[in-house]
Amino acid sequence: MHVGLTHYLVVSTILFCIGLYGVLTRRNAVAILMGIELMLNASNINLVAFNRYLAPGAVGGQTFALVIITLAACEAAVGLALVMAAYRSLETIHVDEINVMKW
Amino acid sequence: MLQYAWVIPVLPFIGFWWIIFAGRRAPGQGAYVAIGAMLGAALLSVAAFIEVLRGARYDASVVWATVLNRPIEVGYQVDPLTSVMLLVVTVVGSLIFIYSIGYMQGDLRYPRFFAYMSLFASSMLLLVLGNNFLTLYAGWELVGLCSYLLIGFWFERPAAARASMKAFVTTRVGDLFMFLGILLIFLQLGTLNFNEIFSGVETGRLAGGLLTLAAVLVFGGAVGKSAQVPLHVWLPDAMEGPTPVSALIHAATMVAAGVYLVARAYPLFFGTPGHEALTVVAYIGGITAIMAATIGVVQDDIKRVMAYSTISQLGYMMMGLGVLGFTAGVFHLMTHAFFKALLFLAAGSVIHAMHTNDIKQMGGLGKIMPITYVTMVIGALALAGIPPFAGFWSKDEILLEAYHYDQVLYALGAAGAFLTAFYIFRMIIYTFTGSLRSHPAHPHESPRVMTVPLVILAFFSTVIGLAGAPWWDNPFHHFVRFEGAEGAAFDFEFALRSTAIAGLGVLSALVVYHWRLVSAASLRRAFGPLYIAVVHKYYWDELYQYAVIRPVVWAARRLRTFDVYVVDGAVNAIGVVFVWFSRLYRVFDLYVVDGVVNLVAWTAKTMGGVLRYGQTGRPQNYLLIIALGVIALVVVGVIR
Repeated sequence: MHVGLTHYLVVSTILFCIGLYGVLTRRNAVAILMGIELMLNASNINLVAFNRYLAPGAVGGQTFALVIITLAACEAAVGLALVMAAYRSLETIHVDEINVMKW
Repeated sequence: MLQYAWVIPVLPFIGFWWIIFAGRRAPGQGAYVAIGAMLGAALLSVAAFIEVLRGARYDASVVWATVLNRPIEVGYQVDPLTSVMLLVVTVVGSLIFIYSIGYMQGDLRYPRFFAYMSLFASSMLLLVLGNNFLTLYAGWELVGLCSYLLIGFWFERPAAARASMKAFVTTRVGDLFMFLGILLIFLQLGTLNFNEIFSGVETGRLAGGLLTLAAVLVFGGAVGKSAQVPLHVWLPDAMEGPTPVSALIHAATMVAAGVYLVARAYPLFFGTPGHEALTVVAYIGGITAIMAATIGVVQDDIKRVMAYSTISQLGYMMMGLGVLGFTAGVFHLMTHAFFKALLFLAAGSVIHAMHTNDIKQMGGLGKIMPITYVTMVIGALALAGIPPFAGFWSKDEILLEAYHYDQVLYALGAAGAFLTAFYIFRMIIYTFTGSLRSHPAHPHESPRVMTVPLVILAFFSTVIGLAGAPWWDNPFHHFVRFEGAEGAAFDFEFALRSTAIAGLGVLSALVVYHWRLVSAASLRRAFGPLYIAVVHKYYWDELYQYAVIRPVVWAARRLRTFDVYVVDGAVNAIGVVFVWFSRLYRVFDLYVVDGVVNLVAWTAKTMGGVLRYGQTGRPQNYLLIIALGVIALVVVGVIR
């Protein structure tokens, strides 16, 4: 079986949907962060795949992927720090209990 | 140096403000300030008089405003008539001011008295210096104001308050006519300057009936101010003021302003066809002279005798001017100022000693108050017209002019002269001879500050008439004169006759009141109805009461009713209508304007209330909606 662009896109879409599902359904803030990581990596697959199949000479897609990996690391650090801070002040990391933004 | 004549009225004016603001802190509680200013003005007036004697004249104007495209000028002039008036006002004024120190001693409003007197002097000087009707009118009204303030100086007394009001209103009636006259002249000639008006009369730009009307209207002001019939009623009541006021304002100067006005505007009167305006002046003067003299005979109030005497003498002045005796009228004005001031101040001295005005309660004061007695007799002789005292020369001249002009006027004047001598000596005899009829009184001679001015005035009353005596070629005639009204030459035989008339008057008074050969009661019976009429002052006050005051008060009441019910009613009706309109507008405001505003607010509130349920505070919900939205957009995009 020949593996083409479409396969990569399908994999990344599945991965993105799993991530989105996790973000939308999980109550645990850490799980949500993990969902976000999945969504970011889905986009990484997209970028690299488009780079490989549509513009093989260029390195833009790979560069973007590297930037997103860096960004994901930063996001994880900040997100976990926020979760730690939320736990310290509210004694929970369940997002449905963190409702201070409600009217 | 005549261009500095404006300083003369300014000096007392400064004195007025100084005393008004400094009050009792002013030097001498204001008296020294007033007297200093007045003496300064007197010195300057003497200097001006000497300059004018040497032939200097001055007349200057500046444009003050423009009305109807015509410039209104104000200015001042110094000519013989003005310089004589300046001299009379300042010299007599100074003496009366000095006298007032003694007379007003211990008065509650001592400084204010001197302030008002200074203002009066200033206004009077302004009046005589003016070279146009505007300046004259300003001074005219100012002296009227001062007269009002000073008659009502003791305003705690209802009689004084009423008298001041009566004086003010009565003179205002005359002033209205004068104002109309000035207006008429201004509309016809476009100027208020005396010389321009007179040249306008000369060239015939204002002539005939209109000129007569203007002259008679201007004379109306003089009738009010100089207390001529029929506006004389205020002057006797004006005696409610302090005696120095009566002497200065209501005898020597202000009341003579009317005579001065006629003299100043003489070409106006002289230019009327057949001198008819002058005939009016002469007859008003003649009637006033005889009428006031008769009333003076029956007065028992020492000041009222003087008041009627003043009215009578002013009548003589008017008559003198009216019978083409320009010089005689002005001359009598001058001599009268001195001897009437003297008489008033002497009367004030008597009142000061007796604390009453009633001559029937006095008597025998000649021994107790010798200086007052002698000076008053000199004044009385001058008034009666006994040579060589001042009044003789001037009154004789007036009678002489009248004799040559109109026999009726001469008869009035001669009868008046007899009565003048009679009533003034009646008063002298009642006051100074016999024995004191009021026992609780303890009269004494007045202090020096009062007697010295009396002596000085007595001196003037003796010699001032010589200015018009024939022995030195009648200097006054050459000084104050009017072309065409030069007057007749001194007539020795005629002078003997007028002396005889005056002497007869004095003699009659002695017969009736001193030797009592004829009792006063039998005279009263003999004159019967005439006596009744005279005692009631010819019913002038009653006439005004019924003819003017009652109708005016009645009309005022009716107008008040009209005001209360019609004018106020209309105003209130408009108010009520607007209140009703306001109520309607209130409903509109409440339900329409407020309704719209509330609706906007309500809409926003309700929308917010609905939409707030969308804000759950759970980012996951928001994210879900975003995701669904993206999916929806993609679906819509794909379907299209």
